Formats: sequence, structure tokens, C-alpha cells
Amino acid sequence: MDRHILSVFVRNQYGVLARISSMFRRRGFNIDTLTVGATEDPDYSRMTVTFEGDDAVKNQIIRQLGKMPDVVSISELHRGDSVSRELVLIKVRNDKDTRQDIMSVIDIFRAKVVDYGTEAMTIEITGESSKIDAFVDLVKEFGIIEICRTGIVALERGSGSIRNKQ
Amino acid sequence: MCGEVMKLSGSEILIRTLIEQNVDVVFGYPGGQVINIYDTLYQHQDEIKHILTAHEQGAAHAADGYARSTGKVGVVIATSGPGATNLVTGIATAYLDSVPLVAITGNVSLPLIGRDSFQEVDITGITMPVTKHNYFVNKGEVLADTVREAFKLAMSGRPGPVLIDIPKDIQTSLYDYEPQPAVTADEKTAGDGDDISAAVELINNAKKPYIYCGGGVISGDASEEAVELAEKIDAVLGCSFMGLSAVSTDNPRFLGMQGMHGHYASSMAQHNADLIIAIGARFSDRATGNKAKYAPKAKIIHIDIDNAEIDKNISVDCGICGDVKLTLQKIIDSVDAKNNPEWIEKVSAFSAQEKEQLKLTSDMTPYNLIDVINKTVDADTVIATDVGQHQMWAAQYCKFSKPRKFVSSGGLGTMGFGLGAAIGAQIGSGKKSVLITGDGSFGMCLNELATAASYNVPVVIVIFNNGVLGMVRQWQTLFFDKHYSNTVLDRKTDFVKLAEAFGIKGYRCTEMAEFEKTMKSAFEDNGPVLIECFIDKDEMVLPMLPPGGSMDDIIVERLGD
Repeated sequence: MDRHILSVFVRNQYGVLARISSMFRRRGFNIDTLTVGATEDPDYSRMTVTFEGDDAVKNQIIRQLGKMPDVVSISELHRGDSVSRELVLIKVRNDKDTRQDIMSVIDIFRAKVVDYGTEAMTIEITGESSKIDAFVDLVKEFGIIEICRTGIVALERGSGSIRNKQ
Repeated sequence: MCGEVMKLSGSEILIRTLIEQNVDVVFGYPGGQVINIYDTLYQHQDEIKHILTAHEQGAAHAADGYARSTGKVGVVIATSGPGATNLVTGIATAYLDSVPLVAITGNVSLPLIGRDSFQEVDITGITMPVTKHNYFVNKGEVLADTVREAFKLAMSGRPGPVLIDIPKDIQTSLYDYEPQPAVTADEKTAGDGDDISAAVELINNAKKPYIYCGGGVISGDASEEAVELAEKIDAVLGCSFMGLSAVSTDNPRFLGMQGMHGHYASSMAQHNADLIIAIGARFSDRATGNKAKYAPKAKIIHIDIDNAEIDKNISVDCGICGDVKLTLQKIIDSVDAKNNPEWIEKVSAFSAQEKEQLKLTSDMTPYNLIDVINKTVDADTVIATDVGQHQMWAAQYCKFSKPRKFVSSGGLGTMGFGLGAAIGAQIGSGKKSVLITGDGSFGMCLNELATAASYNVPVVIVIFNNGVLGMVRQWQTLFFDKHYSNTVLDRKTDFVKLAEAFGIKGYRCTEMAEFEKTMKSAFEDNGPVLIECFIDKDEMVLPMLPPGGSMDDIIVERLGD
């Protein structure tokens, strides 16, 4: 089963997030991540949805989204011709025995410490999901207190815009 | 038609925008949060007629029946809270059968929203999965355009219900209003040229074509094109439950309804076909039986206005998204005219076998009752039904010669739909309507007898009374060792007295001759008439596809005796 990323350009209307997530739920489509945010135009928002499934599932999702009045356009983002990022905050235990090891992992992954205390530190890391997963795996042994992931945001490479697609 | 800008109240803007859309009848029930809308309706009673039903559910079904029988958008109004939730079954019924409906609900004033105020309910949240779209109007400035957009959405593409929730303070405050002409549905276009060429090639190569008509043939006004295509390529036609009345039952190519309780000939024809052309249909589980075993020898072409239906339930060899009428016209222009004598002969043999399976008696059987109804009504009569065995018998045996003459809840299977829908269909079509119902279904929403009596609606109600919930009981007989769990009604209800109590003529028939006479006089009556007929509780709806079975697993003989 392949991982798919869809970028969905929607009218910034009352209930639009509920409407779209409700469609996913009732039709039994499993979402891995869903992010929503403002765009360059306040009348519209952009959603980035990631999910696993075969082509039949992907096509159904695109078609079901396509018939929703709030959806303006949909763009499928492929790995090769798009950039995707996720931002994560991870709070890990901080004690003097492991501090050096944690710092070297942070260094290797180009993450940064955004909050530091004698018992815990919060690390910010941005990157593709595979990098984040690897980082999370590595810091697990130091003791993760809590974690917050934004879900994936992605854009097509080049000069095109989702607004020009129908 | 555009004129000067006026300062009007929200409720005045709502009613004027409905009048803009040429709405002349609305169905509904007043209440605290729509009292301003009803006050405006009072002032515009010469332009919009309001039909007061007994219950909001009845109003929703009536608006649905109105829409199905006319092709126009049905309109229903209800108050907040319970008024709004009572619409939900009606809205879901319309959604599953793609019926254009605009439901208008009042809600508490904006400052009271979200505080669990008296009769407050989040009806836009509740109806999100059963509407094409819905609106919570939180700015009066957009009210008129919201109503216009709702009508456009309800009728465009694949039709469906749209709900508009209007808080009370929006109804009472003043906003600018500028009259506009009525909205029209989005422009219709034929499917993609390459897809059409692919379909033409498949059709030209087929020797055993079967055309599967869905409800989209009716809503897409493509009855003539479906028949024309069948004639040109020498195909046979069948239909889903929703496709009933799309093709005249007298057409010799027409095999009737297909699927779970479909005709033997249509099931066997699909099982043996080398090409299925599905038009405005969605391969519902009730229409196809087991999908894995559906039409094993056939290529499949699917034409539908809703792109999301293509490859949803069944993957097809050629999917065409477009207006069914325009697409069919292009296909008809391009395909080769053909003769398939062997195929027609083979299907005729299935039809002959089907005739032999029908064992006729002179008793009060469902077949005989419907035969009398067929002989009594005329081509313009709308036949409405409830849900259950009587519905399937009506689907199997009723005769139709024009589209939009069969009004029944197919997708949702809503018991209690029939009476409200029959009333709405009569009011919409201006022709007589006949409701075929069962004692179980009728018991659910019989309060609408009050509506039929108040407005003297000429609807003939024929109750097929078998004292049981026959369809579930049939399954219990066949698959649950005759454990008749809660399907034996044996109510003490006297339907004749009940009718009389509501101010309606009621008759009871125990013999066919009596029913024939009563049905005839009831049909000539100018008001509502109820006729109760008794049928045997062991009557079954046959043929039947067993659960998980394919079309050739069809059960034609009565089992379980």
C-alpha cells in the first residue's frame, strides 16, 4: 500500500474542516495526517491530507472530495516533484548521564533545543516524515515525556500553483 | 428582473427568494424559531401555498414526493430542535435517492447558539452526512445568495437535499435585498470524447448487450435515449428499483426490475450478457447481488453524472462521467446499428420461463391486487409505496408508461415514507396518486391521514394487511428457522374506523370482486379513500437472490414450506 499526499484547496467556510473529515470518516477512509491552514487569500484554506491505500482508494478519495461544494481544487503530490515537511516538538528526559548523547543526536539531525530544564528538554525538528521517524526512534531510549507532530505540509516543486488546477 | 435594493427582514428575504425560484408550494410545520418565517408566509399566502402536515417527517416526505413526481425542487420548513431532527429521516431518504430538496430550519438567535438553549440543536452538524451541502446562516447579508446557491446545488449535477439553518435574529433583522432571476442548474455536458469512443467500440463488439437503467435515467430525462440505444444495438433493458418508470413496462425489450427481488429474465440476462451498459445507476448491492459474481461474462460501461460513482462499487471497463442524456445521444450517433437475433431469442426464453413460474389463482394475492390497481389507474397516476414486501410486489408488477410515476424509498428503505410522499406527489403532479402500503409501514406515519383529510387530497390508500412485518418474516422463514421474533403484529387496529376518525372514507375488502369495485369508485372519488385488503401472511416476494448469491442463484419457488 502506497502513501499518498493530497493538497486540497477549499473555501474558508463555516464547518469546512468538519465537513471534509466527516466525509473521510463515514466512507471509511483512514487519514494518517491532516493539516489545515490559511493561504495567501483569506477566502481560502489549504488542507494537506496523507493516507495509505491502493489506487482505487486514492481515486475514490479524490472523486469524493471533488464533489464537495467547498473544495475548489485537488492536487496529488508525488515524492519526486514535491517537497514535504513535518514539524515536531519532543519533550525528553534530561539527566546528566544521557545529556551528551541527546545533544549529539540533536546535532546530527540538525534539530534544536527550544526549551531546556534540568529534568527535561524540548526539541524542535523539521523534515520529511522518514527523518522525523528515525529521530523519534533514536531519542526513545532517553525517555520521551510527550510529543506533538504537526502532520505533513507539502508543496509542488516549480512555479505552479494549486489555484490554477481544476 | 433585477430591481432596486430594498431593506427587508431576513424572513421576508427568505420568502421572496423562494418566490424568485418559482416555489409555489412548501410543506412544513410552525414553531417558536420559525414564527417570523410563518408570519411572512401569512403575508405571501397568495404567492406560496403552505401545506401543514401532521409531523415534520411527513412534511419532508411530502416535499420529497413533490420533487420526485415533478422534477422540481421540493421545499420543507421546520422549527429548531425537534422540528429539525424530525426532518432527518426525510432528508436522508432524499439523499440516498438523489432527490432535489431544500430544507429550511429555524434556530435560536446567534447569542444563544452553542449554549444548549431551549430547542437548540446543531442541525447542520447532524445532517452533514445526509445532505449534498448545508448552511448555517450566521450573516444576514448572505441569506439571499445562500438560498439561491442551495437551489442551484440541489438541482445541479446529481440532485440531492440541501439544508439551510437560519437563526431567529437573522430572520428578524433588516438587510439589503435585491431581486434576482431564478437560478438554473449548472450547464449539462456530455462525457469525454475518448471515453465515448471507447464505449462505442465496446458496444460495436458486443453480441449480448444489456442496458441497466438507474434513477439517473429519470432525473437525467434520458428515457427516450435509453430506449433508442436499445433499439439501435438490439439490446434488452432492465432497471434498478430507482429506475422504475424510466422505461415503459409495455416495451418488449424491457425485462423489469433487476436485483435482489428482480425479475428472473433480467437476472438471467445480466448473468449471460457480454456487455452491461449502466446508465445513471450506482451498482447498489440490492441491484447487483454479490458483486464478485456480478455479470461474469460481461464488459461494463458506466455512464453517470457523478464522477465518484465510477469505480465506487464495481470497477468498470469504461466509465463516462457526464450528463446521461447528452452522452447517450453521442453514443447513439456513433454506434453501428445491429441485430442480435440469438441473444433476443435467448432472453425471450428466460421471459417465457418467468411467465411459467407465476402461479395464478383467483385469491386475494398481491399479484391480483396490483393487477386490479393497474387496470384502474391511468398513465398519469403516481404510484407511491412504503417499504417492505408490498413495495417489492409493486416494483415487480405495477405498470408504468411515463417516467416519475413511481415514488418509493429505494436507497434508505424508509418505512413510513409512503403516505407523506403520496400526498406531496399528488399536490405536485395535480394527478391522482395511489399509495400501496403494508400494515407495518402504514402504522409508522399514519398521522398524515390528517393532512390528506384537511386538504382533501385525492389519494387512494391500499393497505396490504398481512398482520406481520412480512419482509423480515420472510427472511426469518428462509434463513432463521422460522423464529418469528417480533414480526407478528396482530394489532387490534381497525383501519376502517381509523380512516373514519380522521375524516376519510374507509373500506375493507375480503374478496377480489369487492376490491375491484371499491378500487374503481375510490379512484373516481375526489378525496382520500383508504382500502384495507387482507393477504396471506405466508406470501413471499419471489424471485429472490439469496444473500451473497449471484444472479443465477435466483430462488424462484417458495421455500421453507
